[in-house]
Amino acid sequence: MAQLTAQNLSLGYDGSVVLRGLNFTVNEGDYLCIVGENGSGKSTLVKTLLGLQPPEGGTITTGDGLRQREIGYLPQQTSVQRDFPASVMEIVLSGCLNRCGHRAFYNKAEKETALANLNRMGAVHLKNRCYRELSGGQQQRVLLARALCSAQKMLLLDEPVSGLDPKATAELYEVIESLNKNHGITILMISHDIASALHKASHVLHVGEKMFFGTLEEYMKSEIGKMFSAEGDSQ
Amino acid sequence: MTNIITTLQTYFAYPFVRYAFIVGILIALCSSLLGVTLVLKRFSFIGDGLSHVAFGAMCVATVLKLSDNMLLILPVTIFCAVLLLCQGQRAKIKGDAAIAMLSVGSLAVGYLIMNMFSGSANLAGDVCSTLFGSTSILTLTQQEVILCAVLSLLVVAIFVLFYNKIFAVTFDEDFARATGVNAGAYNLLIAVTIAVIIVLAMNLVGSLLISALVVFPALSAMRVFKSFRSVTICAAVLSVTCAALGILISVVAGTPVGSTVVVADMAAFAVFTFVGRLSGGVAK
Repeated sequence: MAQLTAQNLSLGYDGSVVLRGLNFTVNEGDYLCIVGENGSGKSTLVKTLLGLQPPEGGTITTGDGLRQREIGYLPQQTSVQRDFPASVMEIVLSGCLNRCGHRAFYNKAEKETALANLNRMGAVHLKNRCYRELSGGQQQRVLLARALCSAQKMLLLDEPVSGLDPKATAELYEVIESLNKNHGITILMISHDIASALHKASHVLHVGEKMFFGTLEEYMKSEIGKMFSAEGDSQ
Repeated sequence: MTNIITTLQTYFAYPFVRYAFIVGILIALCSSLLGVTLVLKRFSFIGDGLSHVAFGAMCVATVLKLSDNMLLILPVTIFCAVLLLCQGQRAKIKGDAAIAMLSVGSLAVGYLIMNMFSGSANLAGDVCSTLFGSTSILTLTQQEVILCAVLSLLVVAIFVLFYNKIFAVTFDEDFARATGVNAGAYNLLIAVTIAVIIVLAMNLVGSLLISALVVFPALSAMRVFKSFRSVTICAAVLSVTCAALGILISVVAGTPVGSTVVVADMAAFAVFTFVGRLSGGVAK
């Protein structure tokens, strides 16, 4: 059974549909790259997959031991976070909040989980640093560690490399690939950076006026894929 | 120096001065705790907006000659706080604009109603004292002090128990929501708590200066400290210190309580900004 199945999914806000007829499945260990033009409904898809807003039609089903609340989320940075006084440890720990239930404070196991995930991201030395003083790449690692605290099986990354310099971008892609290959974590990634993102992906979902879902090879051979990846290369 | 101590001793012999001192410190503590969250959520002006709503409600309550003004002020203020904080992204009129509208709207309506219906001889004085809180803190009764103490304890308890949740919802609401944290409920909790604090704080500094109690300690602490916990603790300590100093100075020098406390907060902000620059506390 697939971890995530979208059937005839329609997305939108307040009754106005942005995308309709979306079908795709994600299996354990997949690396799905979600591409599409600006305004094609990628962010709406993210919110719907996370259960932050209901679909306008169709269904999203999770299976294979995954629940919707167990999708780890790496959001785009907000303006609030840029000058937020918080230590790295405080932020990573907040990923454990959904395990706390009604308990008011984090216990030892949760603190260890947070440290272990920081370690996986190669960022354990940053644990007492102030988040707003870190570089963009370091901040993304911290937020990835937080996402890993909240979920073990699937990560949903929303434009993870936007605003990063080429070196930090390459490093972050490596980290993501390693999570996928070495730890078997399913990756769903929204990306603008088509060319480099596509090299790593196993599957592609293209949303917009024309839709496509399939493996990377199929996408590269398809009409829409040729057009879009050419655009990405020329940028 | 001995002169000042004698003066203070004379004043503190009066219960109303002691009451003012206790209430002032409690309110300063509560408002600074939530101040950190509000400043970070870009809701710095909510204190101002809600206190004007409270002013409007108080005018209506006065005109209606209610036995206990709180019965009207508290629910109305809580309602407006929920309206402002819990709409989030879906609101048609967002954040600052909504606060501005509510704020000036209730100020105008409150004054208008007072002017039309109040039988008081010294209307301007009444309005002035509610806006600047110049006298009401010195006329507190024992019941009011007890009520204030209980509510303050409640606010502190809520803040401590929900500290981690408040942090998560403030730092990244979408992430918290996505991982199954009931962000809506915590926003509601924050809104109700801040409304209670503001209604309490009207006694101390009056409705024009409440924002200062909410904003200054948090901003000062953020100049120097770098983690959420240290900022929160520093803001609380700073706020209590400034309130105590401000009240003591106002007692000795005979200045208005509210404005003196606010000036003390401003001075602390200047000091903390300077210290922050020296230690490189604020990343450029």
